[in-house]
Amino acid sequence: MTENAVEMRGIVKRFPGVLANDHVDFTVKVGEIHALLGENGAGKTTLMNILYGLYSPDAGEIYIYGKRANISSPRDAIKYGIGMVHQHFTLIPTFTVLENVILGYKGNKVTLNLKEAKRKVKKIIDDYNLGLDPDAKVWQLSVGEQQKVEILKMLFRDAKILILDEPTSVLAPIEVKGLFEFLRKMKNEGKSIIFITHKLREVMEVSDRVTVLRKGRVVGVREVRETSESELAKMMVGREVVFTVKKEENNAVGDTVLEIKDLWVKGDRGIYSVKGISLSIKAGEILGIAGVSGNGQKEFVEAIIGLRKVDRGRILINGSDVTNAKPKDIIKFGVAYLPEDREETGYFHDASIRDNLCTKVRYSFLKRRFFLDHQKMDKYAEKLVDEFHILTPTIWDPAKNLSGGNKQRLVLARELSINPRILIANQPTRGLDVNATEYIRKRILEAKKRGVAVLLVSEDIDEIMMLSDRIAVFYNGKLMGIVKPDKVSLEDLGLMLTGMRKVEVNA
Amino acid sequence: MFKWIFRYRIVRRTEPLTTAYIIGLMIIAVLASMVISSIFIIPLGVNPAIAYYELFKGAWGSKLALSETLVRFIPLLFTGVAVALAFLGRFWNIGAEGQLYLGALFATYFGISYYGVPSYIIIPLMIMAGFIGGSLAALLPAVLRSYYEVDEVVTTLLLNWVIYFIVQAVIYGPWRNPISAWPESPAISKEAELFIIWRGTRLHAGIFIALGIALLYYVIYKKSYWGYEIRLIGINPKAAYVQGINVARNMMIIALVSGGIAGIAGAVELMGIHFHLREALSHGYGYTGIIIAMLGLLHPIGVMLAAFFMATIETGSQAMHRATGIPYPLAYVIEGLTLIFVLIAVFFMNYKIEKKGEKT
Repeated sequence: MTENAVEMRGIVKRFPGVLANDHVDFTVKVGEIHALLGENGAGKTTLMNILYGLYSPDAGEIYIYGKRANISSPRDAIKYGIGMVHQHFTLIPTFTVLENVILGYKGNKVTLNLKEAKRKVKKIIDDYNLGLDPDAKVWQLSVGEQQKVEILKMLFRDAKILILDEPTSVLAPIEVKGLFEFLRKMKNEGKSIIFITHKLREVMEVSDRVTVLRKGRVVGVREVRETSESELAKMMVGREVVFTVKKEENNAVGDTVLEIKDLWVKGDRGIYSVKGISLSIKAGEILGIAGVSGNGQKEFVEAIIGLRKVDRGRILINGSDVTNAKPKDIIKFGVAYLPEDREETGYFHDASIRDNLCTKVRYSFLKRRFFLDHQKMDKYAEKLVDEFHILTPTIWDPAKNLSGGNKQRLVLARELSINPRILIANQPTRGLDVNATEYIRKRILEAKKRGVAVLLVSEDIDEIMMLSDRIAVFYNGKLMGIVKPDKVSLEDLGLMLTGMRKVEVNA
Repeated sequence: MFKWIFRYRIVRRTEPLTTAYIIGLMIIAVLASMVISSIFIIPLGVNPAIAYYELFKGAWGSKLALSETLVRFIPLLFTGVAVALAFLGRFWNIGAEGQLYLGALFATYFGISYYGVPSYIIIPLMIMAGFIGGSLAALLPAVLRSYYEVDEVVTTLLLNWVIYFIVQAVIYGPWRNPISAWPESPAISKEAELFIIWRGTRLHAGIFIALGIALLYYVIYKKSYWGYEIRLIGINPKAAYVQGINVARNMMIIALVSGGIAGIAGAVELMGIHFHLREALSHGYGYTGIIIAMLGLLHPIGVMLAAFFMATIETGSQAMHRATGIPYPLAYVIEGLTLIFVLIAVFFMNYKIEKKGEKT
């Protein structure tokens, strides 16, 4: 019988409003590469953060090599031989590789034995063919090399169980190959590797076993050689789609309002995140954009509303070219926008609810060229608070005191109050409770009925299926196809989401 | 030993604060700084209560004392408003000191070049020159910040010294007063001097200009469309940009107006008190303006009260020095500590301490 390196039993983790892990059982054997598969928000990273001591579970037990472990901090985790490489690196750019590796490492002595540390680092680099120079400054390294430094850090601390959170998302294909070779080598030395991913191809290529999580629960555990991509896709996306909001069929689809032609947009790292996407939306239609986060949706949306530079391609609203226009000009075309990062760009936390509601149509409160018509603003705000059922004692309370759902109502009220022609909703219900979610969805459908062209970006497949007239699937910055929700099987959708299948674009 | 600390935790406030509570916090901040400052008074063998009594007596206790406090109040109100306006739109203007000096330099040019021009022409002209000089001092940081995202804290702060040395170069060199032993410019024309509004004191008409600017700030803050936009920018510049506000252009205007107001402070000090461009035209008014803006929580009335308080401390400390022997720079110790306690108070406006396990 093979020994279990990690055994997590009945792990429960609750966040305000969300059950991130619901009685999760998870085991990793010694000397295996174990993939943890699931959509965003499925609870993969939460589970691993618990194992690494970043979160403490509300319930459940952890056994490391058969012994009950009490892990309350990463320091404890390292003591148990667990290392984790996060999606976002924690390196200091101006330090050398060696300095980064020994940073925070105490060892046994009070003093630092640099020579010995360097010898050890060199030995690890040679053993695993990492090809790093211990004296190179980290800022000079490529992303792939920086990831190696992170792994090196863990190996230096004698990690026997290595957790990698979406390790391939930052890598070029050639680097991915290198990483996989390295993982196999570690496996052969008896180390255990946990590999968090949402990419099916990688699961099939490199891992031995896979645990699929969905909405905080384990859907199943499979031996990779006994399963198929389509089975995993189905497990990951889920079977039942719960229709909570009734979508009315309406054929009153009008003219094309928003048209995007061969759009190329760069991401924060300076490489293309949107690679030649073309699509169009008609009045009275909801186009859903499905995709696992980080596949270009954010950049795509930001390019449309003028927050991100378009490198190639064109954006047309009602036939007018608005490519690379500023947000203030795009607003004039009647574009409403529900941002994904509500806290960051959605509203003004320290301003009153009244002041928040009035920002979009602030021109209409201009009085005698210089002044504000306060009475008009009060009335306007009161009206919207009533109409959108924003729960607040008065319109003078600061917006930051609202609950998440009410904040989203506030943003929605402000955006819809301009009678928009286009509504761009990016993750409109993420993190909201059931009531608020339903309300927001109802409002989006109402807007559609009034003839608004809606672009709905969501990682919630159920939401996309429920609301959209057509679904565009993004993968790796490209369009995998446009499908109708009633004509596509979940299996196919799962395969498209993970980049395994492309459907001819005919819409 | 300190285990009890772990029974408490800091949590975000969710309930709105009342105005009285906020004012109370600010008063506590001021009192705390005065109490802590006692540490420096006690070793000198003076009872802090007596020291502070002498301080307030020296600031408010006589016609001369009160008038001198008001004289100090004038530049501090200007710089306080200048900094508050900038901070409101999140332009961290640490350069009011330099802007004040460049404003004074520009005003001096008209003051010493046009003798015999009537007051109603030369005074507005010099105030305008002060505004333009101050704006100019803020121009480079404003452009760099608005369009190139260069940190304005560094640029405005460093420019203070550049401008200070330009003023020195001018008064030691081309504009040196030939009939004075001190490095200073020639006297400005008699017509350019602001008239005294309280006989027998130095209190001059500049106080009306300062109050006028404060009133203007009140209108901008409370009533104006522009004030609404810059408040939104100050709260969340990213969201403001998404809402279609021209953040960069507004940032430019805020910076230039803020610099201009500080520049007027320089012109008014020149025309009301010094009459010569001097190295010691400002006693750190630009820096004190930062403390005033923070203590006043950027609110027009708060800024006015804070400016008056700082004027009191600075003027009264001189009298305290004479009466008790405590060095007058204690005033700056109090000011500095006030800033620290205000920052702590601001923290407690957003957070509170509660016992673990208690329901919020």
